[in-house]
Amino acid sequence: MSGPGEWHWQRPYVKNFSMKLTRASVQRVATLARLRLTDDEESALTGQLEQILGYMDKLNELDTANVELFSHAMDSANALREDRVANQPNTEALLANAPERDETFFRVPKIIE
Amino acid sequence: MNYEPVIGLEVHAQLLTASKIFCGCSTQFGREPNANTCPVCCGFPGVLPVLNKKVVEFAIKAGLATHCEITRSSVLARKNYFYPDLPKGYQISQYELPICQNGYVEFDLNGATKRVRLTRIHMEEDAGKNIHDAHGDSSLVDLNRAGVPLLEIVSEPDMGATEEAGAYLRTLRAILQYLAICDGNMEEGSFRCDANISVRPVGTEALGTKIEIKNLNSFRAVERAIEFEIQRQSETLDDGGSLVQETRLWDEHREETRSMRSKESAHDYRYFPDPDLLPLVVPESWIDEVRAGLPELPAARRQRFGAEYGLPSYDAELLTSRKDVADYFENAVKIHANPKALSNWIVGDLFRVLKDRKLDEQLYIKTWPLPAPRLAELVQLIDQGKINGKIAKSIFEELLDSDKTAQQIVSEKGLEQVSDSGSIEAAIDKVLAANGKQVEQFRAGNDKVFGFIVGQVMKATQGKANPQKVNEILRDKLK
Repeated sequence: MSGPGEWHWQRPYVKNFSMKLTRASVQRVATLARLRLTDDEESALTGQLEQILGYMDKLNELDTANVELFSHAMDSANALREDRVANQPNTEALLANAPERDETFFRVPKIIE
Repeated sequence: MNYEPVIGLEVHAQLLTASKIFCGCSTQFGREPNANTCPVCCGFPGVLPVLNKKVVEFAIKAGLATHCEITRSSVLARKNYFYPDLPKGYQISQYELPICQNGYVEFDLNGATKRVRLTRIHMEEDAGKNIHDAHGDSSLVDLNRAGVPLLEIVSEPDMGATEEAGAYLRTLRAILQYLAICDGNMEEGSFRCDANISVRPVGTEALGTKIEIKNLNSFRAVERAIEFEIQRQSETLDDGGSLVQETRLWDEHREETRSMRSKESAHDYRYFPDPDLLPLVVPESWIDEVRAGLPELPAARRQRFGAEYGLPSYDAELLTSRKDVADYFENAVKIHANPKALSNWIVGDLFRVLKDRKLDEQLYIKTWPLPAPRLAELVQLIDQGKINGKIAKSIFEELLDSDKTAQQIVSEKGLEQVSDSGSIEAAIDKVLAANGKQVEQFRAGNDKVFGFIVGQVMKATQGKANPQKVNEILRDKLK
């Protein structure tokens, strides 16, 4: 079986990062990741992320037209399992890790929508 | 101004696998909360998902049945968002390179063939279920459904009327049911639909602002919600207002859509390939194998029913809308070749029984209240002139859940049709003698009384007289 050759990610995955990273975009990413950052952390992370994106720009300078696309660290495909029920209910063990439970439900802070 | 709607639909179809998409937990419905869970579908750290082969096979089936290209190298991706029914903080789905692309579904509507293009079909895992309001300040989470395999089937905005959307959904559902990969139950959520709707002035090309509607859990809800949105959007534009792209919820009780509180930064899911899952490569041989195993699909079967059995398109449509019913019909026709009569019994009497007993909620009925060969025998007795239609109706009811044959019931109860003129004449003479007034009325020109007299004769023969003969002889006598 051949490796996964043909696929590639389109924008925004292959884009030019050379634009300056704003503090606002760091705040946005933090919000999406549910991170609460202090002002100092925001400044530090803005700098660090800029460095990382700068490194991506550096990589983008390479001509990769003739290089096979890299999709996964493992050079193989198709790890599949048969459709069989293999797990026996073990609800108690799973719920033992929950901060709160209610009978066999996980209990979480009220969701408002 | 006159507006026309532009409608696209997204369907989530739950797949009928035994186990979940990435772990060996059961998909069985209705078990105790969190009975079907394990560290993988609960999102414990350090666990690894492994893709269920049958999910891929079902996706290929759906793709081939809807004329899609099967993507040879396909990738599973993480869709990142936070919600308590999603324990990992991301849903494993597909983004770039879904397994099926560029297909279409066709159906007949108002005498024309309508084609709706499919953008894509992709595999993904379902989320769990939250129960709100149960305990004041908390919500309860059941992860039995988390990790149940879904196909998301996305259409192009090709529908220009509510009835087209309804017909598209019914066609798609029938295809999935024929393939036996989804039971298609909208109320139970195994076949869910979101609708994208915009309106534009009739005759223009540019698309209007797209509104997404969620919470549509019946065909009726889909149709009512689309109607409501068309009107709401048209009125807003006519009043000089403007529409914002948003997601709205259908409220079944109030019969209206309302704006969802927009989740902050909605639709920024930061998809990326899931490093825990290897790319999926589908060899041509696998596609060929799946193609060879496809059943005859509803559209082809409907056409064949018209051509082979001479059925009107209405009958062919009804009979082929379910695979089990179409199979039933063909089993019956093999025994007694009167397709139209059998069709009438099936879509009339048998469908009523299926509905009453809620058997129509099953994906494929295996145990019928009246097996096909026995219905065929009943119709045969009518065609042979042994019983009349009215008696047949009562025998039909007796045959349900019974192991007697129609012939046995006829013999036991002496229900054979009486066709000999002598007995019928005798019965008629008695009735005429007893109903002198009506006879006079008829002779005076009141034609309506004729039916009454026929009824009396049938009654006098316990319904067994051959109705045609009764008519003939009676007309003769009343001249």
